[in-house]
Amino acid sequence: MNPIVSIQNLSKVYQGGHQALKEINLEIKEGEILALLGPNGAGKTTLISTICGIVSPSSGTVTVNNHDIIKNYRESRELIGLVPQELTLGAFETVWNTINFSRGLFGKKKDDAYLEELLRELTLWDKKDNELRTLSGGMKRRVLIAKALSHQPKILFLDEPTAGVDVELRKDMWNIVRRLKESGVTIILTTHYIEEAEEIADRIGVINNGELLLIEDKKELMQKLGQKQLIVEIKEPIETLSTQLSKYSVSLSEDGSKITYTYDTRGDGTGITSLLQAINESGLSLKDMQTTQSSLEDIFVNLVHDDGGDQNQHKNSKVEKPHAH
Amino acid sequence: MRINFQAIKVIYKYEMLRAWKTLFQSLASPVISTALYFVVFGSAIGSRIDTIEGVSYGLFIVPGLTMLSLLTQSIANASFGIFFPKFTGSIYEVLSAPVSFFEIMVGYVGAAASKSFVLGVVILITASFFVDLKIAHPVWMATFLILTCISFSLFGFIIGLWANNFEKLQIIPLLIITPLVFLGGSFYSVSMLPPFWQTVTLFNPVLYLVSGFRWSFFEVSDVNVGLSLGMIVFFLVACLAVISWMFKTGYRLKE
Repeated sequence: MNPIVSIQNLSKVYQGGHQALKEINLEIKEGEILALLGPNGAGKTTLISTICGIVSPSSGTVTVNNHDIIKNYRESRELIGLVPQELTLGAFETVWNTINFSRGLFGKKKDDAYLEELLRELTLWDKKDNELRTLSGGMKRRVLIAKALSHQPKILFLDEPTAGVDVELRKDMWNIVRRLKESGVTIILTTHYIEEAEEIADRIGVINNGELLLIEDKKELMQKLGQKQLIVEIKEPIETLSTQLSKYSVSLSEDGSKITYTYDTRGDGTGITSLLQAINESGLSLKDMQTTQSSLEDIFVNLVHDDGGDQNQHKNSKVEKPHAH
Repeated sequence: MRINFQAIKVIYKYEMLRAWKTLFQSLASPVISTALYFVVFGSAIGSRIDTIEGVSYGLFIVPGLTMLSLLTQSIANASFGIFFPKFTGSIYEVLSAPVSFFEIMVGYVGAAASKSFVLGVVILITASFFVDLKIAHPVWMATFLILTCISFSLFGFIIGLWANNFEKLQIIPLLIITPLVFLGGSFYSVSMLPPFWQTVTLFNPVLYLVSGFRWSFFEVSDVNVGLSLGMIVFFLVACLAVISWMFKTGYRLKE
């Protein structure tokens, strides 16, 4: 499928000299939900703001549906809706007026029926005549979503949509996201919550220090996550694995005291019972046993930690460089 | 060239609605202050001043008084209009919308200038209750009025873009515009000053505005009318140039 957003060698250096984005390459597929994970200050918001036209890129190109975001900003921006992270709203206008304002800014004619439907979906209809300053934080976030959707965008950016949001709104929001996806809208969201990315995204990207460290299909990522390791510690270190044991996908630690077995938890059988039998038959006695599982969180923490510690470290075997689809 | 008229319309409407909500305050304050000026300057002081170049003092100050409100209100309206969304952060929406900077400017400045124009008319109507106001050249009067409204709304827009706090928003109108208006011959004729101060006043741009505007009423002026018109147009073009530079560089809007 053609990418709807294509980012090439995008870099951003702010006036103070801070490099927020470093040579980002990313292609976003039409109709997908892409989750961008990353700690605070990783560059997620800068990336989104650049695509939307709020921040000027220092170098590189971005096209939205083949329209360059600078040369053809009208065509590209028309397709995009943005829900910002902060509750950046005016104070004295009403909910109804502000969403009409948003729709008009995008050059669309008035459509009361659509906007009514939108407000009802966001349970904002009975607040339509309220001034924005009188709304609670949660309601303000709903208004921001309504504003972003007021012009029926093809691409929706949600910047930390669930930060400080109650359960009710989170549920409503994911319902809307699902409905939008069904209607073919591409959704890009940033989040701190890994479970959220796991639950809703088709692809997951990890960004830190302005670099895209990983971008992968969630399914593939989860497959990796489905693998567990059994580490068996033996009393007397051995030099080589017996023929019985080498039939299994096991490895011996350097000091010969630990045998590591990698298995898939989702398989019919894990092979643990027969492995333990084989260990027993090899005449080895056990000292201790433990299992480990890498979660998305582990991968994320490792990536981010390595990246923070040493700029080259992240290029280890676990990391896949971003690739075009 | 494609123009997003819908966007201009909503920005204009949005800004006009803001004034509509404070309609009483927007209209009552100029009416009251104009009335006060007439009571104090026109009656109390005016009774001791005979006439200036054949025009009674009460009548003489009408154009200056109108200009005073027009300048301060144009700047206040336009600067606040663009500063407030910057302050709340809601400007993100305008920046990420398919609108050109030209359209953004037309929306905001157009609304501010419209409000000032209405204000100018209200002040003149108020003045007509106190003095027998006759306008010698109505078309020129309207031209000066409209050009001033637009020019100073543009100027206010620049201040609103430039200001990154409330203090900066206030400082230019307070420290520069008000003194310039008071010292620009709004309430006296420059010919009443000693020669040295007459020369100094020639460097005050407000003099040209007030003088031209006054000429359209009474056919008396401190400086040549053509020069007045030229100065306003020059100021308008200069403001446009500054704004276009600001937009080109994304000054204080985009990083």
